[in-house]
Amino acid sequence: MMKRRTFTTLAAIAVAAAVALPAAAQETLKVGAVAPKTGPLAGGATVTYWPNVQLWVHDVNARGGLDVGGTKYMLEVVEYDDQTNPGQTIQAVQRLVNQDGAQIVLPPYSTGLNLAAAPIYNRFGLPMVTSTATTDKAGELSQQFPNVFFTLGGAQGIVGGVVEAFTALRDRGDIGNKLAMVNVADAFGIELMGQAKPAFEAAGFELVYESSYPLGSQDLSPVMKAAKAAAPDAFIAWSYPPDTFALTEQAIVEDLQVGAFFTAVATAFPGYVGRFGAQAEGVLGIGGVYADGAAFQEYAARHEQVTGAKPDFWASAMVYSSFQVLEQSIEAVGSFDNAAIIQHIKDNAFETVIGTLDFDENNNNTSFWTVGQWQGGVFKGVASTGREGAVEVLPKAGWN
Amino acid sequence: MRLSSKDWQTLTFATLALAAAACLPFLTAGYWLTIGVTIAMYTVLSTSWALFSGPTHYISLATAAFFGVGAYVVGYGIEHLPYWSLLVIAGVIGAVMAALVGLTTLRLSGVYFVIFTLGLAEFIRQVITWVQNWTGQKGIYVLTSITEAHIYWQLVGLAALVFLTGWLIGRSRLGFALRIIGDDEEVARHSGIRTARAKILLFMVPGAVGAITGAILAPRYVYIEPILAFTPMLSFQVVIMALLGGTGRLWGPIVGVIPFTLLWEAISASFPNQTTLLLGLSFLVIVYLLPRGFVGLIDDIRARAGREALA
Repeated sequence: MMKRRTFTTLAAIAVAAAVALPAAAQETLKVGAVAPKTGPLAGGATVTYWPNVQLWVHDVNARGGLDVGGTKYMLEVVEYDDQTNPGQTIQAVQRLVNQDGAQIVLPPYSTGLNLAAAPIYNRFGLPMVTSTATTDKAGELSQQFPNVFFTLGGAQGIVGGVVEAFTALRDRGDIGNKLAMVNVADAFGIELMGQAKPAFEAAGFELVYESSYPLGSQDLSPVMKAAKAAAPDAFIAWSYPPDTFALTEQAIVEDLQVGAFFTAVATAFPGYVGRFGAQAEGVLGIGGVYADGAAFQEYAARHEQVTGAKPDFWASAMVYSSFQVLEQSIEAVGSFDNAAIIQHIKDNAFETVIGTLDFDENNNNTSFWTVGQWQGGVFKGVASTGREGAVEVLPKAGWN
Repeated sequence: MRLSSKDWQTLTFATLALAAAACLPFLTAGYWLTIGVTIAMYTVLSTSWALFSGPTHYISLATAAFFGVGAYVVGYGIEHLPYWSLLVIAGVIGAVMAALVGLTTLRLSGVYFVIFTLGLAEFIRQVITWVQNWTGQKGIYVLTSITEAHIYWQLVGLAALVFLTGWLIGRSRLGFALRIIGDDEEVARHSGIRTARAKILLFMVPGAVGAITGAILAPRYVYIEPILAFTPMLSFQVVIMALLGGTGRLWGPIVGVIPFTLLWEAISASFPNQTTLLLGLSFLVIVYLLPRGFVGLIDDIRARAGREALA
């Protein structure tokens, strides 16, 4: 039998060790993240959002932690699933700040969930550098929520980019004037179509076919058949992930011969080229990155190595960049004074994986990628509102 | 109307309870207030749902449809009309919608009604989308200075109205008619009760309340889009919470809403990667252990206590 004194000594050592170990390690800092893991937007968040949370925390910890006024903090993530429900997003942000004591709260995912959470971030005075919200109302929103920043642009910029790319193709003689344009009948698709119609007409294009289809349509072959019957020179679909895939599929089946083929959201996903392979060559879509730039290539390699998945070629890099803005600002300010951090974000420009991020007086990053194109298995940016590294847009050469 | 001393007791207790609930924003502006908003919202929705579905046994899955319409009324109207008037408009539209739905479906037997109401949210979502598509509508923003506390108080106020309505219906001829309809519709019809009219009138209550709740919550959403405003999950949650509490009593749903919200919160907080799985398991446990809801459990305990007191 163990003597009582031995036992007491052992116990004391154990307690001392338990107390001493964490003290010897670095300070830890809780980082909160809330986004869909279930519900309609879980698919997009799984590609674009969650891997970047993992990667960013990995990167910061790998270089020794976040340096705040001379103290190194190791990051520890607290993740919540908001079930694609704005009420849950708000509740989770509350929980992160009040119950978990998170010092940093990353922005949520998607336009709707970001804007629903804006008032609560604002109430806590948290800096909120959104990366997946698209809006043309940055001015009004930043008036109401001065802590919120926008990076991904809005429908206006995107439509401008698409018109620019198509006009370039036409002026070079690669495509004619006849345009077929369809949209998914849902918020973002409607907004883009609404702005694209007058913009293309002003640019001298003739709309030979236009149509919309409901969200969640299973069979899009009638849409593609009708579009083909109108004999367009170019095709545009303001589409969402499922229909981006379905319309491309139908274009291949119908062998739609156009000099420019554009589908919107999810064209930039690695899964797109994974599905269509060489047939994706020349397809245009929303987004793009400076794919040949060293910053993006390093980022993409790290992303794949750490998370086991490839980043997409639109918002992924922006999500990571928005975390970098936060990281650089906290280190520059040297404390967790959120008001000072927000002011620092307003006043400075930031070097990130997407390039330089600089916010205007509306807390808006006005230079963002608008159009990309699959070229040699990589989705390269071909149009932007002032980003460096755009490549020349190429005509689409058949499907086979 | 004459009130017995028991009625006065009930009224006094309800008033005190609501007054106590209204004090929450003074105690906390943070985490618990947010939970409070969720609880108040589901209390309003579940109680009004049970007012109709309790006595008639018609399971309505239309909550999301009414809620979404209310949210859109505020979304479209906030720049043109004062906020308070929008709540009234939302309530009227919700009631009219419920009446129309009632006219077409409440003569049918239960299962057709369930299917129809489930489709209703999707249908209205499509109609709104169609109109937006047709007009080239841009995103809808609701930018106001309404805070979480304001939303909470509005919901508590609406809850008071719902409880009062329920209490008055329970004492009225309509309430009596509905209890007979619930027991046996055939008998009710033969007794000269106009069953369809009674059901439609009652269905207008959850219709109006659902729409007003959507209108109250719209400023919290800031950005209104169909996928979030018409989420079918809402309809199911309301039914589950009401059944967990028990629909036999006016206060039944609330004893379901509170533990369910806290349980959900605990699951979301502790197991963020398994919410759906654990929620499903909780449902199974609830259905097996509490088939009549908490109201049934409380009644059992009371009955047992009564027997022991006699013995």
